[in-house]
Amino acid sequence: MSEIKKKIQSILPGGDWNPLYDTSYLPPEGSDVVIVGGGVLGLSVAYWLKKLEKPRGAIRVLVVERDHTYSRASTVLSVGGIRQQFSVPENVQLSLFSVDFLRNINEYLAVADDPPLDIQFNPSGYLLLASEKGAAIMENNVKVQRQEGAKVCLMSPEQLRNKFPWINTEGVALASYGMEHEGWFDPWCLLQGLRRKVQSMGVLFCRGEVTRFVSSSNLMKTASGEEVNLKRIHEVHVKIDQSLEYQPVECAIVVNAAGAWSGQVAELAGIGNGPPGTLQGTKLPVELRKRYVYLWHCPQGPGLETPFVIDPSGTYFRREGLGHNYLGGCSPTEEEEPDPGNLEVDHDFFQDRVWPPLAQRVPAFETLKVRSAWAGYYDYNTFDQNGVVGPHPLVINMYFATGFSGHGLQQAPAVGRAVAEMVLEGHFQTINLSSFLFSRFYSGEKVQEHNII
Amino acid sequence: MSPQIEACSAVSAFRVSVNTQEARIKRQQKASPTKARDGIADTHPLGVGKDRTLQAQRLLSHPPQSLHLVAPVWNGGTRGIGGLSRVVAPEGNQKKGRSLLQFLADRFYDVEALRDHLLRKQVSKVHQKNRPFNHINQRYGPYVAGAYFILKQGGAVRFQGREWIRPNQRGHFSLDFLKLQAVPVEAVDASGCAINYQGLDSLLALKELQSLWLQRCPHVDDWCLSRLHPLASSLQELSLAGCPRVSERGLACLHHLWNLRRLDISDLPAVSSPGLTRILVEEMLPSCEVLGADWAQGLKLGPEEQPRDTAGPTPA
Repeated sequence: MSEIKKKIQSILPGGDWNPLYDTSYLPPEGSDVVIVGGGVLGLSVAYWLKKLEKPRGAIRVLVVERDHTYSRASTVLSVGGIRQQFSVPENVQLSLFSVDFLRNINEYLAVADDPPLDIQFNPSGYLLLASEKGAAIMENNVKVQRQEGAKVCLMSPEQLRNKFPWINTEGVALASYGMEHEGWFDPWCLLQGLRRKVQSMGVLFCRGEVTRFVSSSNLMKTASGEEVNLKRIHEVHVKIDQSLEYQPVECAIVVNAAGAWSGQVAELAGIGNGPPGTLQGTKLPVELRKRYVYLWHCPQGPGLETPFVIDPSGTYFRREGLGHNYLGGCSPTEEEEPDPGNLEVDHDFFQDRVWPPLAQRVPAFETLKVRSAWAGYYDYNTFDQNGVVGPHPLVINMYFATGFSGHGLQQAPAVGRAVAEMVLEGHFQTINLSSFLFSRFYSGEKVQEHNII
Repeated sequence: MSPQIEACSAVSAFRVSVNTQEARIKRQQKASPTKARDGIADTHPLGVGKDRTLQAQRLLSHPPQSLHLVAPVWNGGTRGIGGLSRVVAPEGNQKKGRSLLQFLADRFYDVEALRDHLLRKQVSKVHQKNRPFNHINQRYGPYVAGAYFILKQGGAVRFQGREWIRPNQRGHFSLDFLKLQAVPVEAVDASGCAINYQGLDSLLALKELQSLWLQRCPHVDDWCLSRLHPLASSLQELSLAGCPRVSERGLACLHHLWNLRRLDISDLPAVSSPGLTRILVEEMLPSCEVLGADWAQGLKLGPEEQPRDTAGPTPA
């Protein structure tokens, strides 16, 4: 009897009438925007697209994510810090907007009947230390940051010792301390909040992998008379997890938010197929880089007021919770880059590269015990370690939101809004990210940060 | 994919969403939180070696408040390991807590829109209460503007060398203090007021504030505490007793207030381990007397009950 009831219910309007087989796991046959990658950047783009669209419900958005447990996603493996202490003004603006978003997250991401989000923000600030050589650069950076509205103060070694007696200020000439809007939070909570809000706004999710783009080309002439081959993606082939089945999804716009794997997705779209040195031959320079994070316990370590400390040698650490646990790590140099094939942790790296500078900077860390460690990927932009945002000049309906090399999480809400504005309006409205467009890889204009972690 | 939705919207002007795909999916999602929703795992996989204790430490220690107009029902869905990732209440509580409004909102777009509108009105009411009084600031100066702001919210102010000024039962207060333009405000009692992050703008202009009481303020949270550092040179007494949103993470930024002599952090429901937090705060502010946040907490313990001692081994 229940079978008959189900059949009748599916035939009535509102049911999913499919007499042959159940296709609910497949993505729809057509979608206005397909977002490749369901991490924090992809979901942020989806959220802002649905928020800024006019009229409501006008755009169908599909988010394709192949790793439904997010086991390798950079978002959830991130240390979760957010700072405004950058040297590029756009980065400062992006962070300020994102911190505003996080502060009002329960107004932005409110879903009726669901409990409010608690992203567990620690407003303890970032403390960047600079040696003699870096002091002038740091002063310049602080000037830029203050102009954009960040609350940063400069401290001398004397003031540093007064405020944080556990620091050894040997070799430190200047320090910049973020007083407000800086700290760290729980990225998993942000991801979940975005996910449930975006689902309630009607965004469709698909568990699958993008394996092919079907595009068409047009040979066109620019104003100056030279010929360019413009491509337009018409279909995205989404292969379902653990199956050979794929669904061709007709789309108008593709957003590449695949994080560390964006380079591979761009190659599928034909970006970079051409003679090197030309615009066709310019690949998306985003590749996987593995970074380690270690969690240790040190009962004599710095107290509750510990900010996120970044040493001039590149080593960083922050407090985690109330129990004298600390998280930290270091960025390896180009020569010692680990193999990104897997997410195995190299504990010798801690012994050789992370612990000595830590123990030198904070003498209490000479006696510490590593409790745990994990590894995550950076979507590392080998060109200038800053993000790529906006459309590709030749594949005209692919938009990028990737390549942030370790600060994607902290800029995700703002970047999502920028990409959504680009898609809906055609130009950036709140924050001008024209210097982050793809064309800089061809023209060679680097947007370089002066301190990268 | 959803011709049914278009058909339905064309059918009735009343926009009943009784059997549409959307509403059914919504109801299914609410009723079965344990099923993987479109492929999302409900608990954090921790498959790559991330410490399980990290996730366990992140517990919401206060009952979450749902955004609905009926009396808040403790959902019970956000406690426990991996609690943050389970943002939907389990089925049992859901059935008990569902009110008529929720039932209707699930089925009718209009009721849903009405409910959203009412919730947004609540939020904007708080914003309205925290608006800055720029015209008073320009005319009378920051001290008078700050005092006016506090009195309007229902708090009390004390100027240097004067008595406390409080609004009466009906919220009226005398405007005598308008002539005290050059007299700094020494103490502010904003207990129970709806002051929030924006509202602190008016307070931070009071450069010689010595004593600030923010007891039981429902919108004062960790972000607000991080804003208090401009008052570091003058603030000597701060009370945060009973604020439901202040946690130990916000208390960490009280470190800037080096002149603080009395700090009251009793009865903070969002702090996960009050005893340990109190010890860490005492270490952080050595010249300050820290009150509260120990096992007393206003409860009457029987003689056989042990005090909750989360201090562990004495830190150095």
